[in-house]
Amino acid sequence: MRRALQTLAATMLGAALASAPARATDYTVGVLLPFSGVYAGLGDHIEKGFALGLETFGADLGGDRVTVVSADTEASPAAALARAKKLVLEDRADVLVGVVSSAVLGALRDFVHRSATPLVVANAGNVNATGKDCSPYIIRVSFSNRQITGPMGAWMAGQGIRSAWLMAPDYSAGHQMMDAFRDSFEAGGGRIVGESYPPLKGTRDYGPYLAAARAARPQALFVFFSGSSAVTFVKQYAAFGLAPDVALYGAGFLTSSAHLDAQGEAAAGFTGALHYLPDLDTPENRAFQQAFQAKHGGQVGSEFAVAGYDAARVVVEAIRAAGGDRQAFRDALAGVRFTGPRGPLRIDPATHNVVQNMYVFRNELENGRVVPRVLATIPDVQDPVNGCEMRAP
Amino acid sequence: MTADAGFWIVQVLNSLQLAMLLFLLSVGLTVIFGLLDFVNLAHGSLYALGALLAYSIAGALGSMWWAWLLAPLAVMLVGGLLYVTVIARMRAAGPMRQVLVTFGLLFMLVDAQRFVWGVDQLGVTDAPFAGSVEVLGAPYPAYRLFIIATGLVLFALLWLLLERTRLGAQVRAGVDDPEVAACMGVDVERTFALVFLVGCALAGLAGAVALPAFSAEAGMGVAVLVPTLVVVVVGGLGSLTGAFVASLLIGATLTFGKVWFPQFAGVLMYALLVAVLLLRPRGLLPVR
Repeated sequence: MRRALQTLAATMLGAALASAPARATDYTVGVLLPFSGVYAGLGDHIEKGFALGLETFGADLGGDRVTVVSADTEASPAAALARAKKLVLEDRADVLVGVVSSAVLGALRDFVHRSATPLVVANAGNVNATGKDCSPYIIRVSFSNRQITGPMGAWMAGQGIRSAWLMAPDYSAGHQMMDAFRDSFEAGGGRIVGESYPPLKGTRDYGPYLAAARAARPQALFVFFSGSSAVTFVKQYAAFGLAPDVALYGAGFLTSSAHLDAQGEAAAGFTGALHYLPDLDTPENRAFQQAFQAKHGGQVGSEFAVAGYDAARVVVEAIRAAGGDRQAFRDALAGVRFTGPRGPLRIDPATHNVVQNMYVFRNELENGRVVPRVLATIPDVQDPVNGCEMRAP
Repeated sequence: MTADAGFWIVQVLNSLQLAMLLFLLSVGLTVIFGLLDFVNLAHGSLYALGALLAYSIAGALGSMWWAWLLAPLAVMLVGGLLYVTVIARMRAAGPMRQVLVTFGLLFMLVDAQRFVWGVDQLGVTDAPFAGSVEVLGAPYPAYRLFIIATGLVLFALLWLLLERTRLGAQVRAGVDDPEVAACMGVDVERTFALVFLVGCALAGLAGAVALPAFSAEAGMGVAVLVPTLVVVVVGGLGSLTGAFVASLLIGATLTFGKVWFPQFAGVLMYALLVAVLLLRPRGLLPVR
């Protein structure tokens, strides 16, 4: 994959040399993704999306050239910081792209802020990164944790759901997702009857928590689980037979297209909210899915791949807008707006978090296949400023 | 929440199911412990190995039944290999070095598993006993009932083996007093090796049986080691019935603790351990 990126960069370089005007600028993009460790799967999706985005939008940049250098963050904040420093100080990266884990984002924050190196975040959803710890140099194109579950609370309350039990892994993303849901659900007249936060690491038995949730008789069980624990959780929820009494709702990562095969029919009936669904019927999305699947043997482009794809487009459009000037390029990143696979997308100047649609969907069983059907589109979801003050370092 | 009968039924079944896995894991450990004061901390990673091998076997042969048959045998083979290369040499090394060496072995095996199977949770989709059945009006996963049944059947079989066969008598004599047993013509070393292999196979079986319900992951052997050791100590070294009773106790403590005192579920288990050690220093049902 990295070789593919290098080849791509070389091709673009060649193409650029052939028609180079007088004022050409070489941009170096440092890609910071986990290629090993817990998040390696997500890193792979994002990198594939990023490569496709560069290829699609960056084919003709006038005289400017883009070189991509990749580095492995593992799932380790310390390793990520070391790699980021190497990319900026040694490879002279003009912009960093990537970051899957919120912990890694936290570790990079001060470095990118002080070194004035823009970081285009392609996954990590920690609300503080575009809240109280925000920086002019951190631009997030993926999502914030509260952006996913906040609108869902209001929507569920509007559907007449009165009580819910919360369940998420016991770490910052889990709590941020649940807190945002609680705020908007209670504001809409809903009641939280109980909550459980199983340890993030090592929990593979949700039986005791499911029993406690059922005993409280809520109308809904609202959850956030992602990665492989999402598969384990969905199967256990189905096996415990909660479905007739306690309906399953949550952040849409639970049944991401990356997990549907492993979950099978157990994923049917789940209602979730997510910023992207592979089945969205728009020309931009059809073009993305077609190109992605053609390139990767029919693999469906997930929300993670889309984040990589859109991150590449943000970088490319900023290069175009800058006209060869590096400072202008930095300033242009946050001003980029376009309609991509997930719909209209822009960066909020107050927080540098993405403003985007949220799709509420329910998984339907059709011919033995689980298909997400969009129930509602919540347009232009924008985080509150949340303590963010944009200050130069 | 506690007034709900369904809650109690489901949580009692959850406790039982966890207890059966702990029992399968601790039985090999406790008998080896009792027989020759040997501490094998690598035992936990054999549980993980059983689950991961079962995952691969089920994927290759398309049936969990094959996995349940072959994974424990394969784990026993690995156990045999460990026995010949490391364990047998460490027999006379004293508990401190045994703990250090088998602790190192535990992490080597975990890393080897990470290398082969990666770090994700791996699940199987089409295991038998899918879906749920009603137990006294409360829906419960059929598969977990199967785990409980497996544990009970194995307890009965092991009990018969220990109490009613010649091999069992030799094991009991060895646990009771190894020196006298050796004088009476019991080949304690051979008995030890046999028990070790059976213990490995049971740990592998526990992993293979756990797989469809809980998925498998490389680190799972480390997490399960502590409750298993607590079961061994609480039950009394070398005691089969002790391990069974202690498994029930620890299973219930962990299951109810997770819900009632989520921050203290682990602490409750240690509190139980301390209480037992204070009141009955040799465990609940000691052999000697």
